[in-house]
Amino acid sequence: MIQQLYFGYFAFAITVLSLLVITRKNPIHSVAWMLLLFFHIAGLYLFLNAEFLAVVQIIVYAGGILVLFLFAVLLVNIKEELTAGKYIGAGATGFTFALALLVVVLMSLRSFVAAPPGIYTIDLIQQETNTVVLGKILYTEFLYPFEVVSLILLVAIVGAIVLAKRRLKG
Amino acid sequence: MVPLSWYMVLSMIVFSIGVFGFLSRKNIILILMSIELMLNAVNINLIALSHYLQDMRGQILAFFVIAVAAAEAAIGLAIIIALFRNKATAHVDDIKEMQG
Repeated sequence: MIQQLYFGYFAFAITVLSLLVITRKNPIHSVAWMLLLFFHIAGLYLFLNAEFLAVVQIIVYAGGILVLFLFAVLLVNIKEELTAGKYIGAGATGFTFALALLVVVLMSLRSFVAAPPGIYTIDLIQQETNTVVLGKILYTEFLYPFEVVSLILLVAIVGAIVLAKRRLKG
Repeated sequence: MVPLSWYMVLSMIVFSIGVFGFLSRKNIILILMSIELMLNAVNINLIALSHYLQDMRGQILAFFVIAVAAAEAAIGLAIIIALFRNKATAHVDDIKEMQG
């Protein structure tokens, strides 16, 4: 019962906060609500025995990505933002599309069949701790994808600098 | 014990909210934030499945999604800065040079 209550609180908070994020007129308010949203998602990860990812969620999203967003928001003319409309002309179409997507995917959920459970039971993870288990798999089975991800980050850093720097004369 | 399908429904709701924001908002920064919302919905689903199927690969995948989301945010915001330099607007319906 206490678990359902815990999940219920987090599910309700995440839904309401994500609605608040995309419906605020002032982008700074959106960023502030998103900070709270990310903390709630990290709480849900803790509930799912993913401690390492909960911490990564807070460090990377709340500490990194949101600060980037805040910098970009400060470039916007807030006064103009508050007088202009929130949605584009085809906003109703977007709402209909999102609602239709939700209905279709919810209907398809009934035919979901879970795969047979793997070897990483909760007892094993508790014995070895989540971070150790995650690190072992990441550096053995997923070593090649891990290196590819590091390349993606390198390309992203170089690309961001090239895109954002002023064009050189001549 | 919370059933797995509750997590999947939550993830779908958040994803749909992200799709709505992506398709409807006028401000390009809010559009990028909607993408982050969708990626977070996917992460909730991946981690819930990882927990219920007792398989760590879901968490590894969520880890990679977070890394790609960071790269995507950096590139997207660099594009926004380049856009401000050329057009001085954040509204996607003001950017219509390619309509012909």
